[in-house]
Amino acid sequence: MMKVSREKMIQSLFGVLASGSLIFLLGIILILFQQGLPVFRIVNIFQFIGGQSWYPTADPAEFGILPLILGTLWITVGAMLFCIPVGIGSALFLHEIAGFRLRSILKPIIEILAGIPSIVYGFFGMVIIAPFLQNLLDIPVGLCALTASLILGIMAVPTVCSLAEDALNYVPKSFREASYALGANRWQTLTRVVIPAAGSGISTAIILGMSRVVGETMTVLMVAGGAAVIPKSFLNPVRPMTATIAAEMGEAAVGSPHYHALFAIGLVLFLFTMVFNVVAELISRKYRLKLGLGR
Amino acid sequence: MKKNTRIQFLGFGFLYLSIILAVLTLGAIIYFITVNGIKVISWEFLTRVPRHAMTQGGIAPALVGTFYLTVGAILFALPMGLACAIYLTEYSPKSSIVNLLRMSINNLAGVPSVVFGLFGLTVFVKFCGFGVSILSGSLTLGIMILPGIISAAQEALIAVPQSLREASLALGATQWQTIRKIVLPSATPGILTGVILSVGRAAGETAPIMFTAATFYTRGFPHSVMDEVMALPYHIYALMTEGTFPERQTMIAYGCALLLLFLVLMVSGLAIYLRQKQRKYEFV
Repeated sequence: MMKVSREKMIQSLFGVLASGSLIFLLGIILILFQQGLPVFRIVNIFQFIGGQSWYPTADPAEFGILPLILGTLWITVGAMLFCIPVGIGSALFLHEIAGFRLRSILKPIIEILAGIPSIVYGFFGMVIIAPFLQNLLDIPVGLCALTASLILGIMAVPTVCSLAEDALNYVPKSFREASYALGANRWQTLTRVVIPAAGSGISTAIILGMSRVVGETMTVLMVAGGAAVIPKSFLNPVRPMTATIAAEMGEAAVGSPHYHALFAIGLVLFLFTMVFNVVAELISRKYRLKLGLGR
Repeated sequence: MKKNTRIQFLGFGFLYLSIILAVLTLGAIIYFITVNGIKVISWEFLTRVPRHAMTQGGIAPALVGTFYLTVGAILFALPMGLACAIYLTEYSPKSSIVNLLRMSINNLAGVPSVVFGLFGLTVFVKFCGFGVSILSGSLTLGIMILPGIISAAQEALIAVPQSLREASLALGATQWQTIRKIVLPSATPGILTGVILSVGRAAGETAPIMFTAATFYTRGFPHSVMDEVMALPYHIYALMTEGTFPERQTMIAYGCALLLLFLVLMVSGLAIYLRQKQRKYEFV
């Protein structure tokens, strides 16, 4: 009897501790709403999202975050242009070309690339990539959307590569054998059978890579240039949402409209990444069913 | 050459190019930071406090601060993450609550690091009244690494063969005894790998500690968990964006970046090594 009640107690204790992540997630949502919503007493939501000027400290202050959203968007698009081909190309290389020995060397390298802190990438971008691009393209400042896109693209390669490789490994061998039997060569098999079969897994990889790029803070804070204006080209400095929060939180007085506006940006950012995650999860669930992997 | 063969040649060429690019970037980062950073690394750099507006002396307080923050984060996240993983894999009554937990873990893993900073600022710094301190920073970092620890621990627990559990239960052990004496010991190496990777992540993160723990300069070392601290990653940021001697500061930042890179590479190298050793053991 004693034993049974003790077992029950232990189980409920673990249950309580297990709910931690749920509580923290709810807590984050609650805090973002509670601290972010007061800004809408000053600007309405359309002025906030669609407003073209961000002058939080001017008098009267203007809280339009469109330039910040567009900054994030430009950088994300740029980063994806780099990391989709390189990330998926690397995954295909590991899957299709590399032998066992080569793969056991390359996979850890990709993992190490994933483990490098974002501040180191940001620093590298600031001292090496930015001056290099400035000389190469003969532009006035090296800290611009292009530099940020490049660095973030590099950062997202490991995420995209390892997830895409997992997806490729899930494709049943029989698909590939059937294609060879029909006389297709390796490249034809890869592009017309294996990649389409792994398609949803690969799109999940891309979406999660994008989610990482959108949420990345230190790198863009250091290399994006920090101008809160609507970007006209990749050579303009931009100020993405994450960088705005990180840069201005220190100066915003607690409880001021500026302070609440930064939390509201956090809320927008959170919603962005949540949509990415949910979409990725839905796709991967459907895909597992399609390939008959269950769940 | 036939057309199809030519296309295949070009296609494979592209794949070679992408992997070479990926490896080259890692090489370039390590090369440039090592070559420049090694010049400022010395015994004094590692063990002294900064002097003359950050342009001389060492960065010891930042090393110590990062150490405290990381240890604090692990102390908080490990028990909680382990308990969660055990609940999900061992007890897990197949109910909607488990699905809800899985979903919240996935979502928590995707939250941008700066949003964790906002949460820590509101809850730990302001609401709990811990102020800008090691405690606030550790808790914030702990929440951030929690999903990683949970998934690593879950993977390790799932890898334990079901037959071991059944054998233990058949001998009359209770479920808790089975978990404690059979499941956990065999899952320990896998869990350890996950924890080590999380150490690397916690040590390198900057955004969550910007508003909760870190400061540009302290006179000496922290004395209690309620002190604000210097931290290696934040110090790099501060050196590059504040202060009055940009050139001298950039060199020190190189040194800090090299140290951080070295620490993180050692840590993730260790984790990867442990995992590969363990995989070999499992397959033989």
